[in-house]
Amino acid sequence: MAQPPVPLKTTPLNAIHRRLGAKMIDFGGWDLPVQYASLLEEHHAVRQRVGLFDVSHMGEIEIRGKEASSLVNYVTTNDASRLHIGQIQYSGLLYEHGGFVDDILVHKVADDDYFLCVNASNQDKDYEHIHSHNQFEAIVENAGSRYAQLAVQGPRALDTLQKLTAVPLAPIRYYRFVDGMVDGARVRIARTGYTGEDGFEIYVPPGDAPCIWDDILAAGAEFGIKPCGLGARNTLRLEAAMALYDHEIHASITPWEANLGWIVKMDKGNFVGREALAHQKDRGVTRRLVGFEMAGRGIGRDGYEVCIDGLGTGWVTSGGPSPTLNKNIGLCYLPCAHAEAGGPIQIMVRGQAVDAVTVPIPFYKRKR
Amino acid sequence: MDPENLRYTKEHEWVRVEGDTGTIGITFHAQKELGDIVYVDLPKQGAVVQQGKTIGSVESVKAVSDIYTPVSGEVVEVNGSLVESPEILNKDPYGSGWLVKIKLSEPGEAGQLLTAAEYQAYVGTESS
Repeated sequence: MAQPPVPLKTTPLNAIHRRLGAKMIDFGGWDLPVQYASLLEEHHAVRQRVGLFDVSHMGEIEIRGKEASSLVNYVTTNDASRLHIGQIQYSGLLYEHGGFVDDILVHKVADDDYFLCVNASNQDKDYEHIHSHNQFEAIVENAGSRYAQLAVQGPRALDTLQKLTAVPLAPIRYYRFVDGMVDGARVRIARTGYTGEDGFEIYVPPGDAPCIWDDILAAGAEFGIKPCGLGARNTLRLEAAMALYDHEIHASITPWEANLGWIVKMDKGNFVGREALAHQKDRGVTRRLVGFEMAGRGIGRDGYEVCIDGLGTGWVTSGGPSPTLNKNIGLCYLPCAHAEAGGPIQIMVRGQAVDAVTVPIPFYKRKR
Repeated sequence: MDPENLRYTKEHEWVRVEGDTGTIGITFHAQKELGDIVYVDLPKQGAVVQQGKTIGSVESVKAVSDIYTPVSGEVVEVNGSLVESPEILNKDPYGSGWLVKIKLSEPGEAGQLLTAAEYQAYVGTESS
């Protein structure tokens, strides 16, 4: 076998994944577990109990300085000026032409200190992008190597993590974070996730990650915790209809098209991409992200063509089986005229048109 | 773990020849690599198939994999239980997870396929 030209990047938990018998894959240059014993069992563990993910490949960018908030607000679509300290915001980084550089989480640490969680494969691009727009008194730092990240997700996530920290977790509201000690290490505890369940994402010093991983698995054993791979992470986020970069969003997709208008605040002042978004809104948006369910036998998957009345009109961005709903679901781009739920469409599955129907998203919403 | 009385392909199918009929399936290695199997697409009874050609597909949550028939002939029986319970392929790939039975048109073909030992050696080199 030919060796890859560049060695894969590894997280501090690589040896643990291998010891657990995970099936490892090359995920954007990272050697990561796609599943341990069974993707389906991992998926159900998160929906019903609790699961633990190594998401240390995710990038972190820190923006500090007197005008840090001005820079953050200038390069992101959401209104970061509305953030309180300890609050988190889902937001977009756009090119001038309105397409996505990335989708990110903005954490406000202090008035002059912002912490961005960004997609692994976009980290360097995001850093360059933000840096290139830094006309402010602010310092941008690519901080990915200083953090490992673990996601504890599921209805018993709080019970599990609480056993390892004196920080009261219940008062941390959704999209809020606190810094505190977990398992003897200084970590950032955020009530966020990419699964559609309650849970926490914790940012930990890389050297402490293996110990914290093992202790979370031990703490969650009584609740039936499972280590979970990227496979379950993808089926879980698809059921919750959360965007995945390079699938639902990329450089040629704008927030209007991706149903992400809610993270765009046009009235907050100028920001990178605003003019293009205003222009597109004036002209009218022509395509939109839509959910579908397969009606016929077959599974619509990423990249498959979507037809209406035999004519190619769109493409599947993400598609596959939904373990929770026991249906085959997906997201696709369609002309706005066909974007209403309940419309018949066909997915081209290896040369055969298979019936599907457009449905409202998210496919799955947890009971609160 | 791969039964001695079967013949194998490099595409990870197996065939068991009894008289003029070949029963085909996918190997333990194939189902393990795919993970949880959720969908199986099989040819119809009466279909005439040719060795090495695609006759259907097996899909896991993550992946789609074509099925190539190891032998030529006419499909005389299809394992209908896989439509409702594709997970049988993970649990019992050499038994109740068989895919189709084929009335052999070229009975000599199976003898040219890999033996269990050859297949195991092949899987060993492929995964290292």
